[in-house]
Order: sequence, then C-alpha cells, then structure tokens
Amino acid sequence: MLAANFLLLAAVLFCIGVFGVIARRNAVMVLMSIELVLNSVNLNLVAFALMNDDVDGQVFALFVIAIAAAEVGVGLAMVLLIYRNRRSISLDELSELKG
Amino acid sequence: MNAVLLAADGVNVAQNIGFGIIAAGMIFAALCVVSTKNVVHAALWLVVVLGGVAAQYVLAAAEFVAVSQVMVYIGAVMVLFLFGIMLTRAKIGEESGLNNKGWAIGIPVAVVLFGLLAWAVLDTYGDDTIAEPQLTGANNESTVDIADRVLSPYLAPFFGMTFVLLAAAIGAIVLARKD
Repeated sequence: MLAANFLLLAAVLFCIGVFGVIARRNAVMVLMSIELVLNSVNLNLVAFALMNDDVDGQVFALFVIAIAAAEVGVGLAMVLLIYRNRRSISLDELSELKG
Repeated sequence: MNAVLLAADGVNVAQNIGFGIIAAGMIFAALCVVSTKNVVHAALWLVVVLGGVAAQYVLAAAEFVAVSQVMVYIGAVMVLFLFGIMLTRAKIGEESGLNNKGWAIGIPVAVVLFGLLAWAVLDTYGDDTIAEPQLTGANNESTVDIADRVLSPYLAPFFGMTFVLLAAAIGAIVLARKD
C-alpha cells in the first residue's frame, strides 16, 4: 500500500471540512464540519504510526479523540446557550462584538 | 501519477481495493455532510464518514483506535449531535438558509488547499510504500504497546487530558443549565 493513499484521503476530508466551516451558517453544521477536520488529522496520525512502525501515532490519535469529544460537549453547550438567548443559531447574526 | 497512486500497486492488492472502496464511500458521505439541506441527514451522513474512518484504522492495523473511534464518535458524539439538533429545534425535513451568503467562496479555498496539501504529500512521499502490517491475531500486541506508552512516557499528558475532560464536563454543565 502506498504511503500517500492515507494522506491524500485525509487531505480530501480536511478540505471538505474546511469548506463546510466556511459555507455553513448553522452552528451545529459547523461543529460537524470541524469533526470532519479532526478525523482527517487522526487518520494522518494513524497512517504515520503505520509508516514508522511505532504506536506513538496511535497514542496521539487517542488523545485527539478525547479532546475532540470534550470540544463537542462544550461547543454544543455554547450553541444551546446561544439558542436559548437568541432563538437562532445562525452564526452570521452573532455580530455584537463587531467594531 | 494520481491515478497510479490510488490504483493497486502490486503491494497488498486486497488492502488497496478495500481502501479504495471505503475511501470513495467516505468522500461521497463527507460531501453529503457539507451539502445536504437536511440537518438530521447531515448527522447521519457523518456517521458514515466516522464509520469509514474506523474501517481505515482497521486497515492501518490500529484496532484499539478503531474501537475507540466507534465508541466515542459513533456512540457518544453522534448522540450529542442529535440532541443538539433536537434541542435547537431544527426543522424536520429540508431547510433553506443553512448556508452563508458567500458560501461559494469556500469552493476555491478548499480546492486550493487540497492542491497545496496534495502537492506536499506527493512531493514528500511520492512512491513510498508501506510494508504489510503484521497482523498476527491474538499475538498482535499494538494494544499492549499503546498501554505501555500511555502509562509511562505519556503519563503526564494523559493526566492533563483527564483534567481537560473534567473541566469540559463541568463547563458544559455550567453553560447549559437553566436558572
């Protein structure tokens, strides 16, 4: 198996995730796109572990999974708070801090 | 060169075919996640992507990470997402206005970014091949290795991560409670 296979797949997923973050207006959809980005990074880490025949990459992937779970929890709590205060989770309407 | 890269290259042909099929499904599902007009469908397509990632981990001989992926992402994170969708009262069915006004800018950004990444990957790794992972059934000790690494050299980051998870759990409760 070619080393570039996993890395190219991860690059495709990363770019789709970045597109989702830019294009989506709904905050929950943006969080889902961020999950795509985090998963592509994990795929890279596991591929590097395979290439170097070393499990350090897998350990890092596990750490990233744990942090991603924490991020989703806090992110969705913030989305709920915004929804409760504004009855909307459209990100382009959150412009109070704009100078 | 790309076509050559993604085609079977004579090394681990069966693995390459499995990789190609799963990768095609994952890319299609990821495109659906960012393009569907139905929020619930986007979450369900995301399940397909996450399951595909777990399958790729198995192909990459990382079984422990694959099982963690299934438990954490498909088990816990997706339930969180579905609750988030439900609690923010998304419309059932198609919904307009899920995209920004300037969403089309994302396409050139993504394409240019992919070009850059693909160039860097191909320039660095080109035709390098990965040796066949040594899967020896019950004697496969990657899980033992992971435990050894986490509990000795990476012990301090592991403790740090536990505090991050604790802080995140408390923070999520404080943010989301009503009073």
